[in-house]
Amino acid sequence: MSGVHVSTTINGDAVEFVCQPGEVLLDVLRNRVGLTGAKEGCGTGDCGACSVTVDGRLVCACLVLGAEVEGRAVNTVEGMANGNQLHPLQQKFIEHAALQCGICTPGFLVAAKALLDRNSDPTEEQIRYALAGNLCRCTGYDKIVRAVQAAAKDLAVDATKPAAKKKATKKPSKKSA
Amino acid sequence: MRYEAPTTTKDAVALLSKTKGKGQVLAGGSDLLVRLKGGFVEPEVIVDIKRIPAMQAVSKTASGFKIGAAVSCAQLGENSALKKAWPGVVEAANLIGSDQIQSRCTVVGNLCNASPAADSVPAMVAAKAKAVVVGPKGKRTVPVEDVVAGPGKTTLKAGELIESITLPARKGKSGDAYLRFIPRTEMDIAVCSAGVSLTLGKGGVVAEARVALGAVAPTVVLVPAAAKAIIGTKLDDDALAAMAAACEAACNPIDDKRGTVEFRTEVAGVLAKRAAKIAYQRAGG
Ligand SMILES: Cc1cc2nc3c(=O)[nH]c(=O)nc-3n(C[C@H](O)[C@H](O)[C@H](O)COP(=O)(O)OP(=O)(O)OC[C@H]3O[C@@H](n4cnc5c(N)ncnc54)[C@H](O)[C@@H]3O)c2cc1C
Ligand code: FES
Ligand code: FES
Repeated sequence: MSGVHVSTTINGDAVEFVCQPGEVLLDVLRNRVGLTGAKEGCGTGDCGACSVTVDGRLVCACLVLGAEVEGRAVNTVEGMANGNQLHPLQQKFIEHAALQCGICTPGFLVAAKALLDRNSDPTEEQIRYALAGNLCRCTGYDKIVRAVQAAAKDLAVDATKPAAKKKATKKPSKKSA
Repeated sequence: MRYEAPTTTKDAVALLSKTKGKGQVLAGGSDLLVRLKGGFVEPEVIVDIKRIPAMQAVSKTASGFKIGAAVSCAQLGENSALKKAWPGVVEAANLIGSDQIQSRCTVVGNLCNASPAADSVPAMVAAKAKAVVVGPKGKRTVPVEDVVAGPGKTTLKAGELIESITLPARKGKSGDAYLRFIPRTEMDIAVCSAGVSLTLGKGGVVAEARVALGAVAPTVVLVPAAAKAIIGTKLDDDALAAMAAACEAACNPIDDKRGTVEFRTEVAGVLAKRAAKIAYQRAGG
């Protein structure tokens, strides 16, 4: 088996790696790039613990080949905080105790951010549907939903402050990931 | 195993037909990569079709719509013209998996995976969708219902792939709908399902109809007798009862923990009735 050489962008940084043709992005991120935020719960697209975005679209990193991200932009949970300043979603997950063991948390954060980037004021039902691809065996989901609602409120307040730095909401590109 | 990402359909076909071992098309990978991980497939070459421009777009043509084989179901949901013309096909495609799966999965992958429970297939069959197949011997166009041979099996020949799906142009008052039964609210495999497409004539009378059922036989089934039962009617109770009976007669489901034969058969008729009513309403009846 010969390796595939891939040049891509991860959390804004240019990254190059060599992977096996059948190696999934999740393994590349964790074992080759050293980004262990995305977790493997199932490896088959059911749990969402491995959620990342590729060209702005939410995907399961366990169901994307490393070779597929050539020239794409990958974003992971490691890219959410702004230096030492946590993303409002991360802050609210802590305040609302929206995690226990924490295995599902990176996936929920990335999926929730993908939702808020697209819809800044989601209803509870929209939040629950958008997070249906993420499983949590500890919290019972309610605290996660409350944390996402609180973060959405926070982001909305930020957006109305003239001095506040507005986060550019990136529209997903037309290319499928 | 090799990974290739050709940029033309021709190159993709060449890769598939010139490989000594098995070549496997990779679209969204939501079936293929699960099977690869499980060791159920060991292709010699994986041909990723997502870098082929001709397969990346949904276009409106004189004869209807053309959906490129690499277009994700999420993109179908974002296409308002397609949604307006074929709401049932789009709602079926958008039922597949979670947001994560939607970003990747395609209706062609759903079709070629050849599961009897594939959600987009009954809707496409009801819509009279066709698959544009390209292979070493050229291009051919086949009705979607002829692509699947049985569970996990297609009628595609060695080296062939599907380049796009075509949907006919909508005329006059037309509508379609798709419904499935699952024990949960999302992220589940259809226990049974129904797709209905119809066109109304004068006075709101059904002039044309197609009814297809999923997960009640080895392949998705088109049920002409069910369509016949509602053609010439305004979907009165008798017509709907006759349609449901025709659907039940077409069922040959499996019996498993997710649904008994009796349950799947009865619910298939119920879903067809409900889908017909939604399609009728969408048609402006
Ligand atoms: C968590 C999860 C939830 C799911 N939920 C649903 C659901 O609710 N409903 C449902 O119906 N399915 C569901 N699926 C199954 C799967 O997502 C769908 O069948 C999907 O549409 C497959 O599309 P894909 O593009 O990912 O296919 P791929 O995995 O890329 O391909 C599937 C098969 O088709 C072949 N193929 C793909 N494109 C072509 C082509 N152009 N020409 C020839 N052959 C081709 C591939 O070689 C492969 O054998 C789910 C899967 C997962 C992992
Ligand atoms: S590890 Fe990817 S979805 Fe579970
Ligand atoms: S916090 Fe343990 S799985 Fe969610």
